Amino acid sequence: MQIIFYIAAVVALLATVRVVSATNPVHALLNLIVSLLAVALIFFTLGAPFAGILEIIVYAGAIMVLFVFVVMMLNLGDATVAQERKWLQPKVWIGPAFLSLVLLIELGMMLPRDGVLHPAGHTLVDGKQVGMALFGPYLLVVELASMLLLAALVAAYHLGRQDEKE
Amino acid sequence: MSWLTPEVIDVLIKIVQALFILVATVFVVANLIWLERRLLGLWQDRHGPNRIGPFGVGQTVADMMKLIFKEDWLPPFADKITFLLAPVIAMSALLMAMAIIPFTPNWGVADLNIGILFFLAMAGIGVYAVMFAGWSSNSKYSLLGGVRATAQTISYEVFMGIAVMGVVAVAGSFNMRDIVAAQKDVWFIVPQFFGFLVFSMAGVAVAHRAPFDLPEAESELASGYHTEYSGLKWGMFFVGEYAGVVMVSALLVTLYFGGWYGPGPEWLAFFWFSLKTLVFIVLFVLIRAALPRPRYDQVMDAGWKVCLPLSLINLLGTGAVILLRADLG
Repeated sequence: MQIIFYIAAVVALLATVRVVSATNPVHALLNLIVSLLAVALIFFTLGAPFAGILEIIVYAGAIMVLFVFVVMMLNLGDATVAQERKWLQPKVWIGPAFLSLVLLIELGMMLPRDGVLHPAGHTLVDGKQVGMALFGPYLLVVELASMLLLAALVAAYHLGRQDEKE
Repeated sequence: MSWLTPEVIDVLIKIVQALFILVATVFVVANLIWLERRLLGLWQDRHGPNRIGPFGVGQTVADMMKLIFKEDWLPPFADKITFLLAPVIAMSALLMAMAIIPFTPNWGVADLNIGILFFLAMAGIGVYAVMFAGWSSNSKYSLLGGVRATAQTISYEVFMGIAVMGVVAVAGSFNMRDIVAAQKDVWFIVPQFFGFLVFSMAGVAVAHRAPFDLPEAESELASGYHTEYSGLKWGMFFVGEYAGVVMVSALLVTLYFGGWYGPGPEWLAFFWFSLKTLVFIVLFVLIRAALPRPRYDQVMDAGWKVCLPLSLINLLGTGAVILLRADLG
């Protein structure tokens, strides 16, 4: 299991780097999809197949489809690629790299605290456990999320409404 | 032979089984080329391919030879990586999904506890095939086909998912074997009839087969997202489409028609499964032969205004019945 985790992690990291550094927007999105699939595989190795498959269905299968759809419709040509290449100068990397380094140091300090790593992959969390957690202790969060979705639904209905012909 | 422990033999048997299922699926998919054209010929009162071999069964081989020797043209205006990747996704996504189908009580590739969700994930990945094909070809027809395919497929995947949840709620599991086992007494077509209606319609749309073949409508879009493809790459799209037909037929049988159950002794399990699947494959062809193609807005209207409410009400009703039974029993 560990070797699968490391392979998936390396794939996810490389793909994510390419998401940032790719100049063609569709290639960047393609890399983001690969990265999401690799993260889903990590969920599988951690013993959370339900979360992993939802990651593929929701993120890779629905949200990213909309991203690609929009980029496809915009029909960005070579001009955008050239512009993107112009923006990706080495000096642009300095700020984010410094901020990420701070986070990395923090992570490095957090992980081996007390010499005990957080246990994962010992229990299988499948759909039933997720459902019981959602509609038990986290019921309020589910209700709030459904309110948010209702607002989105009303907005979408309003936008898609056709005015009656006189 | 110390390494030949029972576990290793078990793994080897499983691998051989999986390979056999893959080869058999590809064989069935390939021969659909011939079956579909013969059946279309029968229903449209003409001959269909009848030259090569008895009843023209050799047509598949002839078509494949033709595809292999055709010039494999890579358009200079295309985006190379995505152009090459699209047919690979088209063919592999739905063939991968075949892994979750339980053919008999003992045969099947993967016995996943997330079962049916794996199919939904693979169908979701399959959308990228048409999207990338449509975009990377850098041609108007392809892009229009790709846009149509994307909007149609992600819409119908929603209803498909909700319709399947009715079955999952009744069976109490995502696992395909549990779902089949729950149909021992009564097939889910009876309690989940509306779910079946939505699922079969969405299945045709997700496999973008006629009458939902607007992404490749040859009369208006040349052939949609695969206009620029030729040779083996086009062949992979073709195989992907038929893989979708076989996959959706096998799923309909597993989810709503009792999978391997049927009258007679237990060793007939595979016979019943393949017979039921064949019936649905033939139905796919019959629908193509019988129905004209609707307008694109009609397809989307039918989805969001009929399928979505129907599947939601079905899920609501199923949940109510399950809770009521739990209270009574």
